Amino acid sequence: MSGKKQGLQRTPRKVIALLVFFLLWELLPASGIISKAFFAPPSEVFVALVKLTVSGELWIHTSISLQRAITGFGLAAIIMIPLGFLMGWYKGFEEIADGLMQTLRQTSSLSLFPVFILFLGIGEISKIAVIFWGAQWPILLNTISGVKSVDPLLIKSARSMGSSTSSLFRKVVIPSSLPSIITGLRLSATHSIIVLVAAEMIGAKSGLGYSVINWEYNFMIPEMYAAIVMLALLGLITNYSLVWLEKTTTKWKEEMTIT
Amino acid sequence: MIKVKVDGITKVFHSKNGNNGNGCVEALGGINLEIRTGEFLAIVGPSGCGKSTFLEILGGLIKPSCGSIYIDGKTVNGPNHDRGMVFQGYALFPWRTVTENIAYGLEEKGVPKKTRNEICKKYISLVGLSGFESHYPYQLSGGMKQRVAIARALAYDPDILLMDEPFAALDAQTRDTLQGEVLRIWEETKKTVLFVTHNIEEAVFLADRIAVMSARPGIIKKIIDIPLSRPRSEDFRTSQDFIKLRQEVGYIVREEARFTTNS
Repeated sequence: MSGKKQGLQRTPRKVIALLVFFLLWELLPASGIISKAFFAPPSEVFVALVKLTVSGELWIHTSISLQRAITGFGLAAIIMIPLGFLMGWYKGFEEIADGLMQTLRQTSSLSLFPVFILFLGIGEISKIAVIFWGAQWPILLNTISGVKSVDPLLIKSARSMGSSTSSLFRKVVIPSSLPSIITGLRLSATHSIIVLVAAEMIGAKSGLGYSVINWEYNFMIPEMYAAIVMLALLGLITNYSLVWLEKTTTKWKEEMTIT
Repeated sequence: MIKVKVDGITKVFHSKNGNNGNGCVEALGGINLEIRTGEFLAIVGPSGCGKSTFLEILGGLIKPSCGSIYIDGKTVNGPNHDRGMVFQGYALFPWRTVTENIAYGLEEKGVPKKTRNEICKKYISLVGLSGFESHYPYQLSGGMKQRVAIARALAYDPDILLMDEPFAALDAQTRDTLQGEVLRIWEETKKTVLFVTHNIEEAVFLADRIAVMSARPGIIKKIIDIPLSRPRSEDFRTSQDFIKLRQEVGYIVREEARFTTNS
């Protein structure tokens, strides 16, 4: 009850901050404090957004970016969650892999982009590979730590009720590490978008990251901001859908304050 | 009738920084014990005497270094549905509701869903939690969580209930209430109960017999009969018989503890 009330009170405040932001954005270039040539007001950006949507150009770039991000992120999730379970469950596995993993993890994804291009060419695969590289670490590490932090008492308790190893895994280890895995997925998703944009800026002829740079080169400033806004929207949608996933899968948790 | 026969159980733990220099800690030094069918046996002893280790061996969760345990004459090789365990830390699955927690052992036993629900309902009402079926553990108080844990251990109908300091984390009032509840449930279900505690009053109030353990290595020093009448109500705690016996047992346990620390 009280939580709902609080939510209702918070919503207008959030909106106020956003309104002020957009108002300043509109007024600053109009007043001449900031050059309109570099800082297109939202009204112009909106017009550019509509224009680009109607021409279909925006959708082409967005869909290409989405494809790259989702493929890289999806592959990372499909491969790294099971691997994380293995590494968390079998202590020896992690001991062997840990040193290598820590070294590789600290190797910046973007520094490896030229390597990926050398091996995989300038096509789609190198971009997907670099996104995969960046996205895999948070998923892998959070899955491992999720599995390792399963309460031993719960395992004892399940075993005392006759659980086999496979049912222990399904009914205790997986649900118990789920919150940590979802946190990993969220970090990865955010990371995927960052790497995506950078990779597209460096070496692509399509996509939203490429569009930002390309329209800047051509001095199409409202269009450039339109692409930036589109990227921000993608980030928002990704984050909110993962927060939703987190809330629906972990409604048994006392607090869900992370947004 | 003897339900459980414990025959020379020892347990040595290997650790890198063991206190004997050889990297070994002898937790249990040869436990012999016979538990009668349907009796309420309490095990008391100083902390670190291996009470919990002993209970986990009985539960089949860890293997003894030497010795055997027989239930109804058959050797124990691991956990089984003839024993139910209740832990001090409740050990409820936080992602399962009260009903789903209680159903866990039944699922593992392969009981069909419909029967499961009926059984859960029965045990929820037995521990006085009707109305809380769909609550998650975080929504319950400590006492209620332990009620769920007791119902969960009883639900798959084990013959023996192993309770490891189940009320140690609860406040005094809740503890008194739950002790009464456990006696009531024990009288209704006729289980054999093994109840580990370091609380002497608790042991005297609940048990038919008290096994006094000493540390380390843990062995059973003495078995004290509690010849007090049943059923035991709350008023019973203030009776002369109870107070006298509590003092006597307290004296014996302290002697054992002193003897152990001196040796």
